[in-house]
Amino acid sequence: MKLWWKSGAPWIWLNAGAVAVSIIMVLGLIGLIAVRGLSHFYPTEIVEFQVGDPELGLGQMVMGEHVRAETIPVPVARDAGINVPPELGEDELVTRHLIKQGNRDVTGNDFAWYAELQMSEWLAPRDAMRLERREWGDFYGYAVRVLEDDEVVAEGEGLWDELQSRVERANTLFRELRQIERNDVGVISAEMEELRIRERALQRDPNVEPDQLQTQLDQIQERQGVLQEAFQALSAEIDILRSELHRDTLVATVVGGEEVQIRIGDIVRAVQPNNLSLTAKVVEYLQQFWAFVSGEPREANTAGGIFPAIFGTVTMVLLMSMIVSPFGVLAAIYLREYAKQGPLLKLIRISVYNLAGVPSIVYGVFGLGFFIYTLGGSIDQLFYSERLPSPTFGSPALIWASLTLALLTLPVVIVSTEEGLARIPSSVRQGSLALGATKSETLWKVVVPLATPAMMTGMILAIARAAGEVAPLMLVGVVKLAPTLPVDGTFPFVHLDRQIMHLGFHIYDVGFQSPNVEAARPLVYATALVLVILIIVLNLTAISIRNRLRERYRAATD
Amino acid sequence: MTTMTSATTTASHRDAMRGMGKTTFKVRDLNLFYGKDQALNGIDLDIPANKVTAFIGPSGCGKSTLLRCFNRMNDLVDICRVEGEILLDGEDIYARGVDVAELRRKVGMVFQKPNPFPKSIFENVAYGLRLQGVNNKAVLEEVVERSLRGAALWDEVKDRLGDNAFGLSGGQQQRLVIARAIAIEPEVILLDEPASALDPISTLKIEELIHELKEQYTILIVTHNMQQAARVSDYTAFMYLGDLIEFGETNTIFTEPEKKQTEDYITGRYG
Repeated sequence: MKLWWKSGAPWIWLNAGAVAVSIIMVLGLIGLIAVRGLSHFYPTEIVEFQVGDPELGLGQMVMGEHVRAETIPVPVARDAGINVPPELGEDELVTRHLIKQGNRDVTGNDFAWYAELQMSEWLAPRDAMRLERREWGDFYGYAVRVLEDDEVVAEGEGLWDELQSRVERANTLFRELRQIERNDVGVISAEMEELRIRERALQRDPNVEPDQLQTQLDQIQERQGVLQEAFQALSAEIDILRSELHRDTLVATVVGGEEVQIRIGDIVRAVQPNNLSLTAKVVEYLQQFWAFVSGEPREANTAGGIFPAIFGTVTMVLLMSMIVSPFGVLAAIYLREYAKQGPLLKLIRISVYNLAGVPSIVYGVFGLGFFIYTLGGSIDQLFYSERLPSPTFGSPALIWASLTLALLTLPVVIVSTEEGLARIPSSVRQGSLALGATKSETLWKVVVPLATPAMMTGMILAIARAAGEVAPLMLVGVVKLAPTLPVDGTFPFVHLDRQIMHLGFHIYDVGFQSPNVEAARPLVYATALVLVILIIVLNLTAISIRNRLRERYRAATD
Repeated sequence: MTTMTSATTTASHRDAMRGMGKTTFKVRDLNLFYGKDQALNGIDLDIPANKVTAFIGPSGCGKSTLLRCFNRMNDLVDICRVEGEILLDGEDIYARGVDVAELRRKVGMVFQKPNPFPKSIFENVAYGLRLQGVNNKAVLEEVVERSLRGAALWDEVKDRLGDNAFGLSGGQQQRLVIARAIAIEPEVILLDEPASALDPISTLKIEELIHELKEQYTILIVTHNMQQAARVSDYTAFMYLGDLIEFGETNTIFTEPEKKQTEDYITGRYG
């Protein structure tokens, strides 16, 4: 036993155990997120059953997707309003099922619990259909007929194919409409706004000659007229598209037999999950996942996709990297190579290192107070005064979010760059100096290139930290729903003054601020999964760049 | 004891130098301090031009420190202070206003461990020229070839000039570093134990190279290896504890040294 202790084996076991626990925790977390997040997109069977006692005529048909079941003690069930038969004792258990029954416009509640005691005739009808709609959530029911301008065009045989093709057409029209509303109208209104501001600035400017003022105002008015006409034309086009979009109607029955009319323009997808083969299910699954990753959110973020959030996160992190790397590297070079080593430098270094430990929300408050109000406010005063009081840069925006994160990650970059510089062997520096190079020539031609892998390490850590950060972002530029992406086709293409969506904040918003908890729950997991994958991808990119650099300089730093 | 030794050595050096031709460096009463510790005690020495001068002595005797005085590499050590003068072609290199970078262009140096830059073989050799603003491709190519030939490396690397210099073997790297040093055509080359990290065959190549190089350059070499000093050098300086004990033609030093200390060291009685 004593020998065993002396051999050091217990330490090895302890170390290996620590590693094992860490790995299990990480894999468990990612596994949980992956399973919960990914399973959401697999088409679930639609079930239909009867609730209540059919003999007493209390029967009510329910249709929907089975979400999960739970077992609860009888008293809890009684409290929850379930009619438990009196012969069941207090210590017995009953099972209840959560059903996603959709049809929020008909039933008012798209998730409901049903006790197994009262359920009977569990069926999975093959022609049961789920409609994903732009409003009111999902619809469950049976398709009856398709109407075009109140004329029946399909019924019975061939109905489903007709419906699918018309849903497709409606989706194409919808995208066109969106395109026009977003881009063309956006461009016009942006220029209109510009003209309005110029007009106001001209009228306020005391240095403009009256006749000059008049000609300029006339020019503006002329241009406004042109734009107005273009806008009218676009509105007409939009009206036509809109009536085209709402040409078709689907008549469907809900589970009780009641007929409902649904405009096909409101349908995103129509699926009959019980009718799908395995391959079709897989295809459906992939399409659903793609729609999630590439689509825009709907219905207060509880449905639709998360593309704006992914795009916002990536843009912000890239911008952050572009800001933090030059600052961090230059600061580290000064600290390590030029600054006189002494107590003051030590103090500065300790301060920088400790910045890494400041709670991130403090950075958020700082960003709001300094960047947005002071810096942004001054920029508005200086360059955008004609737009005041409505702020341009004096409000939360992409650039401020990136700057705040850059500040947050600066210590990481400085520390790793400094360490990298310290590791460069002095023989290499001396070799350069001995050839008649000055200190700065040596630094920029030999030392800094050798330290680039260390700088990349700093960037990797910075990206990992920045992409997962949420708290400060809520204050400095991230919103739950941004109307536009920060990058688009209108000048100046990258709009630093726009607010963005962010995956981390999206998780918070969907998970904790959403009115529809049950609908949001799988989306939280799916969004978390996307965020984790995104961070991994960003990191792997940085790591592969670093490894390439390291390979190139390996022998020098050995 | 110390003062007595240096007085007698000074006299004997003068004798030794009488037979020499042109001198490159004249060292006059050179004292060097690391903080409060004195590392070199009143060194007086004339280095002959186009000859190989070897510095030998036990570890810590100050031979490397002295070597680094010739291109002011000691300036990099904050606590180092130098008194006295070293004249290169009659100008004191420690005088005020001397451009250290310019001095190091005239006095090249090769270190114990090969230290190529993280660049291609070509760029390593071209580095010094690029520093001087030479960017003409034809000129660079010509100089790189001449330097690599000069360092007896051309035939081994001519087909892979674009490869990273770290791909070369230790001996090749050291010859590359020598090529890099001679590319800027210095007057003097300082070699600080250039072969101590190399295998015997590479060492032999370096020694042959030193022989060829002394046609054009004045060479100062620090070495631990006395056979090496005997093989490659024309003049030898023996140092001990910061003093220059004896300086003279290598043959004389190794066959009939004047000082007992020198003899003891050479015959391996201490050191």
